[in-house]
Amino acid sequence: MSRLRRSMLFVPGNNPGMMSDAHIYGSDALMFDLEDSVAMHEKDAARLLVYHALKTIHYGECEKVVRVNPLSTPYGKADIEAMVAAGAEVIRLPKTETAQDICDTEYEIERAEKKLGVPVGQTRMMAAIEGALGVINAYAIATASKRLIGIALGAEDYCANMKTNRSREGSELFYARSAIVVAARAAGVDALDTVFSDVNDEEQLVRETQAVKQLGFDGKSVINPRQIKPVHRVFTPTRPEIQKALRILAASKEAEKRGSGVVSLNGKMVDRPVVLRAERCIELAKASRVVFEGEEL
Amino acid sequence: MENKYISEVSHTMQIKSSAAAGTMESGDILIEIEPSEKQDVEVILKSSVANEFGKQIVKTIQNAVSEYGLEYATVNAVDKGALDCTIRARVVAACQRATGADTFEWRREA
Repeated sequence: MSRLRRSMLFVPGNNPGMMSDAHIYGSDALMFDLEDSVAMHEKDAARLLVYHALKTIHYGECEKVVRVNPLSTPYGKADIEAMVAAGAEVIRLPKTETAQDICDTEYEIERAEKKLGVPVGQTRMMAAIEGALGVINAYAIATASKRLIGIALGAEDYCANMKTNRSREGSELFYARSAIVVAARAAGVDALDTVFSDVNDEEQLVRETQAVKQLGFDGKSVINPRQIKPVHRVFTPTRPEIQKALRILAASKEAEKRGSGVVSLNGKMVDRPVVLRAERCIELAKASRVVFEGEEL
Repeated sequence: MENKYISEVSHTMQIKSSAAAGTMESGDILIEIEPSEKQDVEVILKSSVANEFGKQIVKTIQNAVSEYGLEYATVNAVDKGALDCTIRARVVAACQRATGADTFEWRREA
């Protein structure tokens, strides 16, 4: 399976205190931010700080994502070149509205890779969709580059653009989430959900994470290390889910031996989609390093 | 072998005005750089770990200033437990602001 992206911890790009130990909390990815969390007059300093941090600090298995400033700002090009030089694994483009935004960013990434002697194609991309136009164009965005590993919803800007605000239950995001996850699945890339801002409301964080998992999302952005474990708990298969998946796969194997495409398990039909879901469950369990004694995954 | 990159500024380096970068937050370092009449890079450091790491911090600052291309400067530094990579980043940011350079030429290190 592709890389686990259950959680992506947001790390403000001009905060060295947070940057030095961001990886110890166990998120699957770290997103260093050069955009909204950095004041205009600190853009230069943040770029240098993230550059030196990425080159120096060993972030272990965390995927290193950097949210750069849009190319329409005076900072975008310099951000991309510096982050390609620093070895960022993924460049996250904010406020993506069209496929052309992706093409323009890819052009700059490729230019930087060639200039710096970095293998062309090594730097991957992620697109944040943060407005109505981006949601409308989600599939075109998701298929605009082979470098793209996922598309993400940015809810704060989206709500401002939609002339609404964020509610606790998130009904205003239902269409955008649905459109993004469908586009991501159609394009074969990951779908990543927006942040949940109230770090003291773990109950609602879990509820929201369960809801987006149910829609089909692969993971969620988090703004505080405290949010990582609850999000992982939701996205990691439970023991009963794994046991059920193992039974399905065993039954399917048995049916295959007999030359049958369909098998019944506990009175329920097990056909191809059920087997695919079971395979996905086991892959996720393996990637999440879930180990149960006596059960070979 | 791991690829290394260095940042270089494309024109002659001279301090045009005093400048600062960094903060007094934990894990950071505040760097203030100004022109110097002395023929070296003088560092005046305040740090709660000066006894143990003072020499190393001063050396890191001096190296970063020299690598940037400045020969003479006075640096006032207030350290709040910054890592070496943070010190280098803050020094370069202060140098960049002091020299008025607005672009870096990022290139591969030999």
